[in-house]
Amino acid sequence: MEQLSGGEALIRALHDEGVEFLFGYPGGAVLHIYDALFQQDKVEHILVRHEQAATHAADGYARATGKPGVVLVTSGPGATNAITGIATAYMDSIPMVVISGQVESRMIGSDAFQETDMVGVSRPIVKHSFMVQSAADIPAVVKKAFHIASTGRPGPVVIDVPKDATDPKLKIDYEYPQDIKLRSYQVPSKGHSGQIKKAVEVLLGAKRPMIYTGGGVIQGEGCEELTQLTRTLGYPITNTLMGLGAYPSTDKQFLGMLGMHGTYEANMAMHHCDVLLAVGARFDDRVTNSDTSKFCPDATILHVDIDPAAISKTVTADVPIVGPVQSVLREMLDQLDKSDQSVDDQALKAWWKQIDQWREKKCLAVAPAEGGIIKPQQAVQALYELSEGDAFISSDVGQHQMFAAQHYGFDKPRRWINSGGLGTMGFGFPAAMGVQLAFPDALSVCVTGEGSFMMNQQEFATCMQYGLPIKIVCLNNEALGMVKQWQDMQYGGRHSHSTYSESLPDFIKLAEAYGHVGVRIERADELHSKMKEALAMKDKLVFIDVLVDPTEHVYPMAIKGGAMKDMVLSKTERT
Amino acid sequence: MRHIISVLLENEPGALSRVVGLFSQRNYNIDSLTVAPTEDQSLSRLTVTTSGDDARIEQITKHLNKLVDVVKLVDLTEGAHIERELMLIKVKASGAQRAEIARTVDIFRGQIVDLTATVFTIQLTGAGEKLDAFIAALGESVVLEVARTGVSGIARGDKTLAL
Ligand SMILES: Cc1ncc(C[n+]2csc(CCOP(=O)(O)OP(=O)(O)O)c2C)c(N)n1
Ligand SMILES: [Mg+2]
Repeated sequence: MEQLSGGEALIRALHDEGVEFLFGYPGGAVLHIYDALFQQDKVEHILVRHEQAATHAADGYARATGKPGVVLVTSGPGATNAITGIATAYMDSIPMVVISGQVESRMIGSDAFQETDMVGVSRPIVKHSFMVQSAADIPAVVKKAFHIASTGRPGPVVIDVPKDATDPKLKIDYEYPQDIKLRSYQVPSKGHSGQIKKAVEVLLGAKRPMIYTGGGVIQGEGCEELTQLTRTLGYPITNTLMGLGAYPSTDKQFLGMLGMHGTYEANMAMHHCDVLLAVGARFDDRVTNSDTSKFCPDATILHVDIDPAAISKTVTADVPIVGPVQSVLREMLDQLDKSDQSVDDQALKAWWKQIDQWREKKCLAVAPAEGGIIKPQQAVQALYELSEGDAFISSDVGQHQMFAAQHYGFDKPRRWINSGGLGTMGFGFPAAMGVQLAFPDALSVCVTGEGSFMMNQQEFATCMQYGLPIKIVCLNNEALGMVKQWQDMQYGGRHSHSTYSESLPDFIKLAEAYGHVGVRIERADELHSKMKEALAMKDKLVFIDVLVDPTEHVYPMAIKGGAMKDMVLSKTERT
Repeated sequence: MRHIISVLLENEPGALSRVVGLFSQRNYNIDSLTVAPTEDQSLSRLTVTTSGDDARIEQITKHLNKLVDVVKLVDLTEGAHIERELMLIKVKASGAQRAEIARTVDIFRGQIVDLTATVFTIQLTGAGEKLDAFIAALGESVVLEVARTGVSGIARGDKTLAL
């Protein structure tokens, strides 16, 4: 058997687990591990410029590929800097393994230099965590961590590694376990057939059906099955912010995103449906609006999710089905095939007629501004056209994020990479790095706001080091636009600490300072041509600073405390 | 409603803090908590009493089950069960009080396990209400110190919580 030190065993275990990239930042507690990294070429380490960016990059990689993202940080500040990224991944159920260095075992608890109780600090935002006791534990702990992170409802797992466990002088017999059994961790392999049968019956009996799906369908690789089921039934479908791309947005059965900034037709259809099939979605408050008693008042609710705790958490399910979405959807298709019941065509026709009337509202239409001012929506539309809807789009948090979600049509899963649950500004740019590393030839775009971008702008340097030709489309409204919008709507237009136009950097010079290219777009008539030029610079990172209408708001917008049918549709119109 | 949930937990460092953390993180209350090793070295048994409506208790048990360290659990209050708590209590006992207190201890089937000229230390086991009743019977003015273990419980009959 091979003799390896703990540090070597750790890196080898990552390789044996199929890890391509390790996003990290060195420091005292992980120096043994970094030395082991130096002496191999199987796992590629990406040196970020802030540990938060390491977690977001790993997260972006995971969302784009479906494989766990992997992070290596040092103890103390390295570990705490990673916390925001771990919480981001946790809220969106993203598979991630974070390896944090820890002070030597004999020093733990002594307030040693750079000691933080990482297992304790991260506890509420991880799926599970491990504290390595000795080098010999490492192969099995790594195996368990990857297994837990990537199966069931995925999530981040922390492995805290005391420095002495990676001591290069202490060798262990290395063998990577083939598989692992955890008596206390079992993942359901299929849904309850009786419940599935019941669900299919209810679905076929529907007069005003609606399908609502979330990130779980993408995580659970159920998009093909979902598309097939939706087409077979001919029912309308909506996706959550996390679920965009699970069903092709250009398809006529797609009603757009639902929720706080969802389309009029999707939210109306939700409110008025009589049967709601929810798949891999969690009835989050940005979907249901705050008062769940007003949510889908007439609907029988069928809820498919791999996580039993997600079912009947905020909204009670009438037919709960716990199971992996792919297998459950397949079984639904089977049962549908066998059923002698059929869709109520007449009722469905009337329902579609109603939906088409709602669609007539054209709730996302934007009137061009006067004086050549660019509407932020137009910038996203231009990007959509020029990239032929085929880019990977990461985003941050704010108005730009909602404009991207509303106006970039996603026809494929894993193309829309955004922090939905935690809403982390600063996520988009590093996430786009993870995407670009996973798909070097693809177009990886970050649609961001100037506020969010400044939260992780240091990653310009990482992109230079690794030659990542990301395109950053910054919808620059010279403000924390989403905050400002709320202040306009709810605080009498008092813009408390949400503007800073006089102190913004020159983003073009900033990009150039790092050796990248900057392009500024100021007028609507140059939007297409300049963006086209920027996107054509295939091997360069280009920062595209699009000066957009600072007065624009995101609509539709849910009215707080209302039902899903209650929306503000423009500065002057509400439902 | 009050529920008694018994949990078999991996005997791993950090496992207990995950359970306790879950309760505070999700705003569930813990009325009492006991934890100790079982006959199987690798497992601890934890018993928690909590309260809430059915939906809340369902969420609590689901979230507990999701913890990787939780091997198995049962909500004892769903069926017939036996519930016990141990209390050690120090009370003022001098002069004529001593006989009176000793009699009360007898009635409640407790034991005086230690004494001085002015203090009795009494041990009492039973369901929580019995311990409450004992304290009430003595009167709060004589009570010097109370140490209760919290509720432990087990199902009646053949049912077991085991692997
Ligand atoms: C880390 C973090 N801090 C604060 C917020 C609250 N927040 C939500 S949107 C927003 C404004 C974002 O500004 P910008 O990135 O410029 O986007 P815009 O809304 O202007 O398009 C803020 C401050 C957040 N989501 N994340
Ligand atoms: Mg902005």
